[in-house]
Amino acid sequence: MYVAVKGGEAAINNAHQLLADRRRADRSVPAMHLEQIIGQLGLGIDRIMAEGSLYDCDLAALAFKQARGDMIEAIFLLRAYRTTLPRFGYSNPIDTGKMLIERRISATYKDLPGGQLLGPTFDYTHRLLDPELMQDLPVDAPKTREAETGQAPRVSEILAQEGLIENDGDLPDDHQTGDLTREPTEFPMSRDVRLQALSRGDEGFLLALGYSTQRGFARSHPFAGEIRIGEVDVEIDVPELGFAINLGRIRVTECQMVNQFSGSAKSPPQFTRGYGLVFGQSERKAMAMALVDRSLRARELGEDITAPAQDEEFVISHSDNVQATGFVEHLKLPHYVDFQAELELVRRMRAEHDRNRPDGNAGETPNDKLEAAE
Amino acid sequence: MSGASAARSQGKTNSNDVEAHPDEVARKQAMDVLASANANELADAWESWTDRPDVAPLRGPETGLVMIRGRMGGGGAPFNFGEATVTRATVSLSNGQVGHAYALGTDKDKVRHAAIFDALWQDEGTRRAVEEHVVAPIRQRLDAQDKQCREETAATRVDFFTMVRGED
Repeated sequence: MYVAVKGGEAAINNAHQLLADRRRADRSVPAMHLEQIIGQLGLGIDRIMAEGSLYDCDLAALAFKQARGDMIEAIFLLRAYRTTLPRFGYSNPIDTGKMLIERRISATYKDLPGGQLLGPTFDYTHRLLDPELMQDLPVDAPKTREAETGQAPRVSEILAQEGLIENDGDLPDDHQTGDLTREPTEFPMSRDVRLQALSRGDEGFLLALGYSTQRGFARSHPFAGEIRIGEVDVEIDVPELGFAINLGRIRVTECQMVNQFSGSAKSPPQFTRGYGLVFGQSERKAMAMALVDRSLRARELGEDITAPAQDEEFVISHSDNVQATGFVEHLKLPHYVDFQAELELVRRMRAEHDRNRPDGNAGETPNDKLEAAE
Repeated sequence: MSGASAARSQGKTNSNDVEAHPDEVARKQAMDVLASANANELADAWESWTDRPDVAPLRGPETGLVMIRGRMGGGGAPFNFGEATVTRATVSLSNGQVGHAYALGTDKDKVRHAAIFDALWQDEGTRRAVEEHVVAPIRQRLDAQDKQCREETAATRVDFFTMVRGED
């Protein structure tokens, strides 16, 4: 028999009040404004938007503050919020070739049209803590230099001219672009849905998987063909107008990974590609995404599937940190009844085990004692 | 009134944008700027507008989501990249002119003002004033910001040089 148990209401209310107090912390220290969070902790905001799969700096900053800086909690808040809104439609695909570039580098070509633009990067810093930042000292305005006019073509377009690299990636004309927020996940997946999943996937998880491919698990000889960060227009067809209008701009990071490929039964030797596209300034994530996108194309390219990073179901099923945290963290919720049942079961099994001993000794063996002591 | 329906029917016939009507192109350009404006810029412009007509909401302002698409490899098949908050509004002025606006974000006042200016833009009598007093200054600010960004980025461009060592 199970008797329903209620309780904890007062404890829960008081816990949440305590949470609000701890979040506000020392009242003599000014509270943070969202503008400060957006402006000064911008890369954290970018990560929340990317993995929350919702571009809105203000909401991401609110989530970050509410979550006391807990990224995954903030991402969870943003995901929960998006479910309350109607979907107006789909944008036209963004054109990263027309980006207002803030950073653009290539590890494959030194001299390329548009140049190597370092932008606001941590690269080449010495990773020494800067005590000056403990104070609010004035900061010099950035240097300027006359900008080159004209577009900076994507590096993939340059390589394509020689015919030694595969094209951008096509799907059949009749293919309906998949949307994992609308349709149940099914394996095998088409590359468009995989890219959607990877773009919102956990940075740490994808980083580790990407790293594993470099270390020899599904080795794929990658080069960072190009990384570009900047703002792109978001355009939508408006039925009541009959033409497309801009909704504004978003900042994205794009990574074109170029991989040596010695050929298979399905494809000739050439450079193959992995693609990364992430909200905000998220270079590490875009690179990791591109590595994993490439490794997950093993089946398409006729490669042997030998490593975790090539296992589509394994990668995509575990890349979403909101799903992951939900299942892991549910373990802390009351399981009193489940546990009682298991306790009963283990007691019975133990009794049976002891009864069946040849010496009939129901006492503990030295081995049991050792385990308990440990 | 006739302006709105005319522009709309023009839009329908040209929706495959083979050759968009010049008015449609100009209206799109104005709407693009209005969508990128700051809330304050549009609020101030509306505050200081002479002969403000009565405005009735036809739809919204309401906030929803747009799924932003990317292309695999940058130029290949489309995929769903992630969503963004978008706010939209449709208003009608006392003279019957209807205006629409869409913009990223959740700012309802901003988008309502943008829809009003879209309606005023379509009216031949007020189009010039909207272009000169609202759209032009905002476009100027946006262009200046972009230029500043390009120049700051350009200062971080790497100038490679080679060092020749040895006799030949």
